[in-house]
Amino acid sequence: MSSSIVFQTAMYLVVLFALAWPLSRLLATALDGSLSSRFAFLGKSERALCKLMGINADEDMPWWRYALALLVFHLIGAVFVYAQQRLQGSLPFNPAHMGAVSPDSSFNTAISFLTNTNWQGYAGESTMSYFTQMLSLAAHNFMSAATGLAVAVALIRGFVRRKASGVGNAWLDLYRATVYILLPLSVVVAMFLVGQGVIQNFDGYKDVKLTETVTYQVPKTGADGQPVKDAKGNPVMVDTKTSTQTLPMGPVASQEAIKMLGTNGGGFFNANSAHPYENPTPLSNFVQMLSIFLIPAALVFMFGRWVGDARQGLTVLGAMTLLFVAMVGVEYWAEIHANPTLTHLGMSGLPGNMEGKETRFGIVASSLFTVITTAASCGAVNTMHDSLMPLGGLVPMWLIKLGEVVFGGVGAGLYGMLIYAILAVFLSGLMIGRTPEYLGKKIESFEMKMVAIAILVTPCLILGGTALAVMLDVGKAGMANPGAHGFSEVLYAFASSANNNGSAFAGLSANTPFYNLMLGIAMWFGRFTVIIPVLAIAGKLAAKPRLAQTSGTLPTHGPLFVMLLVGTVVIVGALTYIPALALGPVIEHLQLFGR
Amino acid sequence: MSTPNTASLIRPAFTLFVLLTIVTGLAYPLVVTGLGKALFPQAAAGSLIEQNGQTVASSLIGQSFSGPTYFWSRPSATAPQPDNGLASGGSNLGPTNPALKDAVKGRIDLIRGAHPDQTGPVPADLVTTSASGLDPHISPAAAAYQIHRIAKARGLSDEQVQLLVAANTDGPQWGLFGEPVVNVVKLNLALDGLKK
Repeated sequence: MSSSIVFQTAMYLVVLFALAWPLSRLLATALDGSLSSRFAFLGKSERALCKLMGINADEDMPWWRYALALLVFHLIGAVFVYAQQRLQGSLPFNPAHMGAVSPDSSFNTAISFLTNTNWQGYAGESTMSYFTQMLSLAAHNFMSAATGLAVAVALIRGFVRRKASGVGNAWLDLYRATVYILLPLSVVVAMFLVGQGVIQNFDGYKDVKLTETVTYQVPKTGADGQPVKDAKGNPVMVDTKTSTQTLPMGPVASQEAIKMLGTNGGGFFNANSAHPYENPTPLSNFVQMLSIFLIPAALVFMFGRWVGDARQGLTVLGAMTLLFVAMVGVEYWAEIHANPTLTHLGMSGLPGNMEGKETRFGIVASSLFTVITTAASCGAVNTMHDSLMPLGGLVPMWLIKLGEVVFGGVGAGLYGMLIYAILAVFLSGLMIGRTPEYLGKKIESFEMKMVAIAILVTPCLILGGTALAVMLDVGKAGMANPGAHGFSEVLYAFASSANNNGSAFAGLSANTPFYNLMLGIAMWFGRFTVIIPVLAIAGKLAAKPRLAQTSGTLPTHGPLFVMLLVGTVVIVGALTYIPALALGPVIEHLQLFGR
Repeated sequence: MSTPNTASLIRPAFTLFVLLTIVTGLAYPLVVTGLGKALFPQAAAGSLIEQNGQTVASSLIGQSFSGPTYFWSRPSATAPQPDNGLASGGSNLGPTNPALKDAVKGRIDLIRGAHPDQTGPVPADLVTTSASGLDPHISPAAAAYQIHRIAKARGLSDEQVQLLVAANTDGPQWGLFGEPVVNVVKLNLALDGLKK
């Protein structure tokens, strides 16, 4: 029973909703300020903080000022993360003596972590000092997630407020999201993970005396330091022996917890959540999967409560769950079928496609994780996505391209889905010939323009970026796999960056100036050219009156609207991306199974 | 009321940034480290196994074995040596890549050659690389495939080796999560322990 995908998915959803429901209460009280008015010491420390920042605690920011505040905050962060990577060689907590990171990689990583993408062109265990991992990277896991929460809350305020000029106070929203929500949850999850075997220390890397000496081959280098080549031009290989294995150490669990809870996804190690020190057991894997969807699911419940109609939240949640379950089904079906090329050679077809998977997770927990991490904007992986079967790779790629609205990133999933809800209301309004309304707010031309920008920016970045990369030699040079799969690698990289996911078809050699720059740009605009239109919508809606429901109002709850919402998401996602997907995973599937 | 300008955002942004960086980037990991060391010292330090004062393994990190007297681990795609702790990662070979076919064919030939008594298909996990390159486990089927070879090489009965395999096999965690697995690192240490 434990290996049944139906049972595992059902158990996952039941536990998720059982935890998300109570959490949604905490979210609402923390973010609307009632928590700090109930507990005097919290209120006092908030007022002290406001004094220190030199701001008025009651300042209610108009949407553009709210957006500007977030931008200034993150620009400071970008400079800080860049500088710390460049200087890490002379900073403390660096037992492995990591030197400065290259300028283009530092730029890419700075953008990557502040935009909640956590795309990683580098390998953690051989690049980053403990100090960089904690102070720059883990800290940004918190701050970028807090930004997502803040924007989602600002949008909800837009629906709830009547004739108001502001959408909230960005500083207090960031502070409350981080300190009242992300931090306590992270401590709990981190401790659980340590109990399962995730490491948490500041020790130097440890040497292990191997049970059996390992013999391997390395290219021979001549006196000039260049590899020696034989008559045919192939490098000459020499046998080398080692009886030592060096184990990386570090403060992993603390980073792991917020990596999942903040839907960041940036691994401490190169292998991410496949690494036994990041994700040692099936139970730690389950808790990591729960952590990814926990806050996004709770936010949807909170949305319903905050707008005063729980059914609105349940409707959004229904649409998300429907898409999620369907995608889990396709992913699992693709992965239990072993690669026919390999079974012809004499490999067992059971349990399925094990290339790039860990034994302890098997097909079920790997498929589930793959869908969860790309439905949300997490991007942590417990499976190497590059080695998924063609359709098994199509599912995560498509989920990312939908804009990660199936539960989605912390905050980003909710505001992304509400953008689609506004679009669905607009389309239905056209069909029945009425002025569209959502939650009592009239949707007019300004809002629709902003919706269009938010929905169209990422496809432009993804398709434009991919087209450019496959036309240029520097872009093609990065592909590790031949044929259609190489194209998929590039397409996945741009999709993952522009939608701030961060997972990869990791064969792509992306730590080059070309990809570091291109993907850095995609991540920045993919994040903020969605956030700014969303805040603009929030501001415009907040200024409007809230209309009473009449018999002529299109209800935005119930099964009909669930289907309208799912339909809108699927049609936009399909129309935009089917041509590109046909060139990658679809062709590869036909090549593999078509003969 | 005059509109406050952008410059007025810099002080609060900077103050909040410094504060949150210290709280989440410094205080938080230090607190978790303290708690972790107090509550789960063995796990926090890497689940290391010591013998005669020497660290011989982590029960979580795979090692490469190729000799006739040991159970073989899953293939590892790490470079330059397999199961390199400093370079975790998978092969990233796509399903249609000829390099994948060649690699798997080579491994199948090697395994078939070493196990002439086995006629069925080769267990998939024995010829495919793991995601981390550090997978400490193989499937029970992959262990069963190798039992006779090890028993022969060590002069043991199949049953003796089978008992050791069973002792190092874990079912799904709590009966609910994951797959049944055999820990190759612990199993091989136990095999060496038998001799003494």
